[in-house]
Amino acid sequence: MRIAVIIPCYNEEKNIGNVIRAISEINKNAVFELFPVVINDHSTDSTSQIAMKEKCVVLNLAVNLGIGGAVQTGFKYAVENNFDMAIQLDGDGQHPAAEIFKITGPVLSGNADIVIGSRFITGEGFQSSFIRRIGIRFFKHLIKLFTGQKIFDTTSGFRAFNRKALEIVAAEYPDDYPEPVSIITFSRHDLRIKEVQVEMKERQGGRSTIGGFSSVYYMLKVFLAICFTYFKKDKK
Amino acid sequence: MEILPYKIQIASIFGSLIFMFFIFRLIVKGKLREEYAIVWLICTLILMLFAFWRNGLEIIARMLGVYYAPSIIFLGAIFAIIIFLVHLSVVNSKLQKQIKELAQELAILKNKKENNS
Repeated sequence: MRIAVIIPCYNEEKNIGNVIRAISEINKNAVFELFPVVINDHSTDSTSQIAMKEKCVVLNLAVNLGIGGAVQTGFKYAVENNFDMAIQLDGDGQHPAAEIFKITGPVLSGNADIVIGSRFITGEGFQSSFIRRIGIRFFKHLIKLFTGQKIFDTTSGFRAFNRKALEIVAAEYPDDYPEPVSIITFSRHDLRIKEVQVEMKERQGGRSTIGGFSSVYYMLKVFLAICFTYFKKDKK
Repeated sequence: MEILPYKIQIASIFGSLIFMFFIFRLIVKGKLREEYAIVWLICTLILMLFAFWRNGLEIIARMLGVYYAPSIIFLGAIFAIIIFLVHLSVVNSKLQKQIKELAQELAILKNKKENNS
């Protein structure tokens, strides 16, 4: 079982080395084999050079595509190179590699097409800021409305995909703020989504892409994107 | 009273001619794709039409029951501008999508090449 671990990075020189090494550690006592795939989203620091020193695949984007485009590059790579499964994991170290076992479980046993690692089911570990939690709760209700499914941590970027789901996201993935929006895409393709509790850490360094003044604008944009994605016609 | 409207007529004819010449030059130099040039050429033709046919505006205004004829120009112009702006947004979105796909393809190919060499 070959699993691609897709790590989108933008200026993560402080964290990326540790993230990749932690993943390689996991390989020692796992039934599957993890292949870290770092997608360097045109970083201005030495993310790419640091990642290349480690044992991993580095895909360098020639222009900055944003998180959605970067992650999708990884999905495409995984599909082209015949991986059986993929995991998406943030490059900032907030998703501990040890938690990979929890999100791969339901996919390996065939109970889900997509597994989302969630902070909020039982409420352990780092819980994110107040304003972000409000936004996340809002998206939870919105997504419940559109998909009829309760997803607690809609913005989590810690996910596992089986081959079927992988082929779908490689072909179609939202650009901006893709995590909440992509849940609608999954549901439109009747993929079975499962959420499992994982423990997350506060980011180890670097800066979050969302925060402060732009939060309201962010929510509005995601709100619209979710509504439109729901009504989008399937490309045949 | 009669001399003033002629001045503006001559000005508009000249204006639209210069505009048309400008569009032609852009196409010839390859700076403007024919696809988008069509819209501009149609615009200039309409401008020319009303520059020569002075009563045309009045006649159309009467037909539509518009009290103040020049307001038709504003209505038409604003409408055309909005349509064209939407068209540009569509073109822009398409370009963005194509750039995204190219960048992704390129990143994967670069990796493949490094592995082979």
